[in-house]
This record gives sequence, structure tokens and C-alpha cells, in this order.
Amino acid sequence: MIPALKVLAPGLYTTVQDLGRYGYQAMGVPVSGALDAVSFRLANRLLGNSDNAPALEILHQGPTLEVVADSVHVALAGGDAAFQLIDETVVTIPGWRSLRLRRGQVFRVGPLGRVACCYLTVEGGFAVEPCLGSRSTFVRGGLGGFEGRVLRVGDLLTLRRNIEERQEEFRLREPPAIGRDEVIRVVLGPQDDHFTDEAIATLLQVEFTISKSADRMGMRLDGPLLRHRDGYNIVSDGIATGAIQVPGSGQAILLLADHQTTGGYPKIATVISADVAVVGRRRPGDSIRFKAVSVAEGERLRREQETILEALSAAMEPAGLRNDVDADLLYRANLISGVVSGHE
Amino acid sequence: MTTRFLASGDTALVVEFGERIDRQVSAEVLGLAARVRDAGLSGVIELVPTFRSLMVHYDPLRTSGAELRKALEPMLKGATRHVEPRLWRVPVCYDDELAPDLAEVAERTGRTPAEVVALHSAAPYHVYMVGFLPGYPYMGDLPAPLVLPRRSDPRVRVPPGSVAIATTITAIYPFESPGGWHLIGTTPFRIFDARWNPPALLAPGDAVIFEPVPRPEFDALREAVTSGARNLRPEEAPA
Repeated sequence: MIPALKVLAPGLYTTVQDLGRYGYQAMGVPVSGALDAVSFRLANRLLGNSDNAPALEILHQGPTLEVVADSVHVALAGGDAAFQLIDETVVTIPGWRSLRLRRGQVFRVGPLGRVACCYLTVEGGFAVEPCLGSRSTFVRGGLGGFEGRVLRVGDLLTLRRNIEERQEEFRLREPPAIGRDEVIRVVLGPQDDHFTDEAIATLLQVEFTISKSADRMGMRLDGPLLRHRDGYNIVSDGIATGAIQVPGSGQAILLLADHQTTGGYPKIATVISADVAVVGRRRPGDSIRFKAVSVAEGERLRREQETILEALSAAMEPAGLRNDVDADLLYRANLISGVVSGHE
Repeated sequence: MTTRFLASGDTALVVEFGERIDRQVSAEVLGLAARVRDAGLSGVIELVPTFRSLMVHYDPLRTSGAELRKALEPMLKGATRHVEPRLWRVPVCYDDELAPDLAEVAERTGRTPAEVVALHSAAPYHVYMVGFLPGYPYMGDLPAPLVLPRRSDPRVRVPPGSVAIATTITAIYPFESPGGWHLIGTTPFRIFDARWNPPALLAPGDAVIFEPVPRPEFDALREAVTSGARNLRPEEAPA
């Protein structure tokens, strides 16, 4: 039998993603990819995978999965998400670590807490075919990932195994900050000249709230309306991820991974790439504030983010069975096969 | 209008040639796109040509907006090797059942449905850009009598293959999707398939001419397309 994870419950919106599909935007194909690329990359690094190995993106409510393989090495990263191992009792093991699970083991990705998304990786990645050079799912176009759609009950996610499997478990000594209160940095434009001075001042001073209309395409922001200087239709031009477009209603829409490649509404500002992951992990109801920076500052902050990511991965530490409470948790979860000695 | 460089965050630079839909502007956009593609600038991820601008997506870890602008400025003017546009003849059935808005368009433009069809299928269109949906081509310009604003009540479901018009532009819906344009016909052919290389049939700069076909021919073509026996191929443009 082919080693796999079987979907017992799919969660709210679980898809296979990688770091995105590049090279086809001129043909109208969105980039897609992980909403929170920082957590995504760290999840892969916990297993020694390449940064771009396909993983499950879990939105709001996690799936329940069964191990259909002799064993599988998994890792979970993102916010407060934890493994819940389901046996006679439920044992919770915090995320931001790798974990080896055995055949028949059933586990759930527990409440995500303060974030909208988290990532479940397997050693070697999931075995899905690339579509236009990427394993990311673009659901509206039915492209990529697992059959171009969100997961359903009964799906079998085939595992790609590494030739040499790692024995050790790792965890992050310090997970990245969620950044719930961080002011999001934007570069004004490309169409800031289509807005009144008052609209720009409002964008940079007022706290907005992420509305319930939020998905992988983008999030509508509740708050004061942003007024156009004259007219709200522009001749279509390109859209970058993080762009804040304002249609005729005046309600701002912050565009995320699955956004259209082109559009005909003016964009008042664009979130810098270092802050896109912070936005991506925010939930409906969370507040959001903006401040303007220059392009050069945005680029510097991106380099700084890479340095932080390297430091976080370098600070990974072994999380073996002998490590404090975990041994007990794993024992109770019946993960350890064979007889466990009562001595020592 | 002078060319403007506009930043879209720290990952994209927009080179804007105008604010109108205009063949001259389109020629400048596509010319620059060809030169930038040929130059193979380091850090450039991909190019998205639109009606009036070229969006250059870049990796801020490999280049910068300032560096890129410096590299692009001398490329704004320059000879572009002339490429004869590919010409696509796209069969379209304009029968009522496959053209839910044809009667209304005829009424609003003061023409008969047959006149609308004749106008729509008269001359080749220029593919300005592809966007909105994978493979969705924006083609123009429509003959002046057919220019109408978008529908006031967009449809939740537009069937794939629908041929539509709005403002000065005509398009084909590659998938079922919501849409606010007037549907005046249907093509039996697919215009996007992720298994193709490239996946989109039409590219900016191509020429497209619609050829009316009667319903039986439409049905036969659709069957051939569904079974995988037929796909559209371009032909050489007339000199």
C-alpha cells in the first residue's frame, strides 16, 4: 500500500500549497502559494525539507488525519496550532516541532488560536504533481495541489519519502512573533494619486478591522471609506500581492495569494513583502493599522526578515523523547512501540 | 503623456505609458516587454503587460526597485524586432440559445441581431492583455456601434466559451465564472488548459477574428474538442 495520510475530516479550508506559481501571471494565472510564507518555510525546515516542499495550508479549523504508512514524520508551524493525538484520550502536543507518528495513529490539528492559518508538512513533502511549475492549489481555477481543490473526507495524501529518513525530532526554540499588534508597513501607490489627501491620511492613521469577507484572494477591511479624487475606474493594470485596492464603494480590499493578476480599481498602497505573512495570518475581526515606508526601506526590511528567518532556523533544537514532558506525552499517546522500562 | 515609473510595494515596478486603451500605447507596452524579456535582467521574476502599462515583478533579495528602474530607463525607447502577429480564426455560434444577451444588445444599439453579428465578426481584434481569469483575453477595439457599458446586474454564472462584449472590448470566458459583460455568442473551443504549454491559447499581441458558425457545426466542433480531437491553431497573418 502506498504510504499516505488519510483525511478523516477535512477542516474548514485545507489545501496543498508551496511558495507559489510564478511565470504565468501574464496569462492570468495567480501566484497562489502559502498565505504565511514564513511559517510555511519554517514548517519545512523542521523536517529538513526544501523551503518549497508542498505542505498543507490549514485555515481556521484543522483537519483530522490518519496515518496510512508504517510511520510518518510530520511538522506543524503557525501561531498556536498544536497536534491533538486522538486515542482513548486526546493528547495535545504543541506545534513548531516535528513528530514521528505510527501506522493507524489518528491526529487532529488543534485550535489555531490567534492566527488564521498554519502549515502541516511531512518529511519529503506530499507527492502531488506539479501544475505549471508549482504544487500550489488555485481553487477557483481548479489548478494544482490535490486535484485542484480543498481536501475532502476520504482523500489519500500520498507521501514522498526521503531515501534516508531523519531519526531526530526538532523544534524551534523561539517561534516567530505572530505580530498581532504590529503596524503593517506599506508603500503608497501605485495609484495613490487617484485618492484625496484625506483618504491617504485616513489609511495611515485609522485602525481598520478585517471583515468576515476574507479568503485566500483578499480581505475586505471595515473602517472609514476611502474617497477617490475623481472616478474609481481605471484602465486595468497589474496587481502585486499585498496591494490595497479601493472599488467605488470606498471599502479597501487587501489582496492576498490568490488575487487576480490584473484589475481595474485604483490601488492606494501596497503592503511590503516582509509584512504579507503577518497580514496573511490575521483573522476576521482582527484589527489592522498601516504606516508608509519607502521602497528602499521595504526592501531592507525584507532582507532583515530573511536574516531573522535564518536565525530562527539556526536556533532549532532537538526535541527528542528524553526531553522533559514530551516523553510522558508521547508515552501516553501510545507512540512508543514495545515495552517501556519502568527504571530510570 | 510621458512614461511614469510607479512602485507597487517592494516586489513590483510599473512602467506606465498612458491611461487610455490605445493601440499605440499597447505597442509601446509590448515592445518594452519584448526588450526586457530579451535582456534577461537579474532579479526579474516575470512581466505582466496590460492595456497601458508593464508590471515588472521582481525579487527584492536579488535586485531593487531603484536598480531595476536604472536598467529599464534606457530600454524605454528602442527598436523592437518586428514579429508578425499570430492570427487566430475563432468559430463562434451566435444562435439565441448560445447568445443570451444578443437581442438586448441589438435593441440597445438600434441594430438587428444579424447586424450585431456582422459587426462583431467583421475585422480582426488585437489581444491587448490576458487577465481577470487564467486565459481571459481582452481584445479590441469593438466597432463604435457596439460599445456599451457593462451590465448593471452581473451574472453569477457565465458558461465557459461565452463570447462577451463591454465598453470597447470583447473577450472569451475560459471557465464558468461570475461576469458582468454582455454575452453575444459561444465558441466551442477551449482557450485555456493547464496541460498545454503555454496554457493560454491567446497572448498579448495576437490577432483574433471571429467566424460565425451555424449550430450543427458548433455542436460537431464542441464534440471534437471534448474528445480531444480538435484544438485551435493559429495561422500566418495576412501581409
